[in-house]
Amino acid sequence: MTERVAIVIVSHSADVARGAAAMVRQMAGKEVKVAHCGGNPEGGLGTNVAAIKRCIEQVYGPRGVAILVDLGGAETNSEMAIEMLPREWQTNIVICQAPVVEGAVMAGTEASGGSNLQKVRATAEEYFR
Amino acid sequence: MNATQEAPVLQTPDPLLARLLDAAIEAIGTNAERLGDLDRAIGDGDHGLNMLRGFAAIAAQRDALLALPLASALESMGTLLVMTVGGASGPLYGSLLIAMGKAAARDDASVLAMLDEGVAAVKRRGKSDRGEKTMLDVLVPVQLAWAQSCREGLAARAALERLRSAAKEGLEATRPLVATKGRASFLGERSIGHLDPGACSSFLLVDAACTAFLEDAP
Repeated sequence: MTERVAIVIVSHSADVARGAAAMVRQMAGKEVKVAHCGGNPEGGLGTNVAAIKRCIEQVYGPRGVAILVDLGGAETNSEMAIEMLPREWQTNIVICQAPVVEGAVMAGTEASGGSNLQKVRATAEEYFR
Repeated sequence: MNATQEAPVLQTPDPLLARLLDAAIEAIGTNAERLGDLDRAIGDGDHGLNMLRGFAAIAAQRDALLALPLASALESMGTLLVMTVGGASGPLYGSLLIAMGKAAARDDASVLAMLDEGVAAVKRRGKSDRGEKTMLDVLVPVQLAWAQSCREGLAARAALERLRSAAKEGLEATRPLVATKGRASFLGERSIGHLDPGACSSFLLVDAACTAFLEDAP
């Protein structure tokens, strides 16, 4: 299997994260690894640094990881999770400034074609400008 | 002791660290409802419960934390908040305490350096500064008040009272501000007239720390 950029979806809602991941898989096929998480450590609405870190670890590969987030806390907690990972991974993980559902589908679709991390991120971010 | 001779503060005999910890845990515990109310007015309403979850995790580790030197205790508390809070305040308060802990671990450590580095870490993490209706509207005045007390060589009691006043004034100053960070920014001008919940939790923690220090300050 050819390596592809992987996608991580981080929402405040576990339902939104699960649904967005399903939509990415529908477009991007099996070669693009997708992980998702939503909810605070107690399962309520919010985000969870440990869960985000686990998601990145699940899908991390040499082509890197594009993270899609919904609201502020999801971004701040994702930044924190990235900083807790090995230094050599950190430059290979990006947070896309794009709506979480549409951005994830765009990023996943771009990744499925074999594009690099910068191109995947740009596609997610530029489509909505 | 005066503010320019800070070393005694940093030796943190266990009773002081215990008082600091217990005061912070109690401040969040008794005010969680108030923080939730403030956050319901201009945000998603979870700040009280999030802080409560974080400080409950700290309370659960109380004995282990008290066995550590101050620097390590602060870093461990920061990591606990990062991992348990579940909102942006986790990484924000976590970064504050972790940076303060790292500053405390250095040979030339001082409270001033701890505040400087802690507040700088919050600014970086939040991509924010004073004036945006956030916890920095309390933390920056606190940092400036301590720096001024150090320059003036103020006695500890007076310096701590000044710190507490700066925190209180910083909190009140968020009321007329328009929020430009976080969920509250979605409300735009409707955020005017409300205290910022993050600034309120920062005030509560600073106030609690001052009370803990004042108990045996000259």
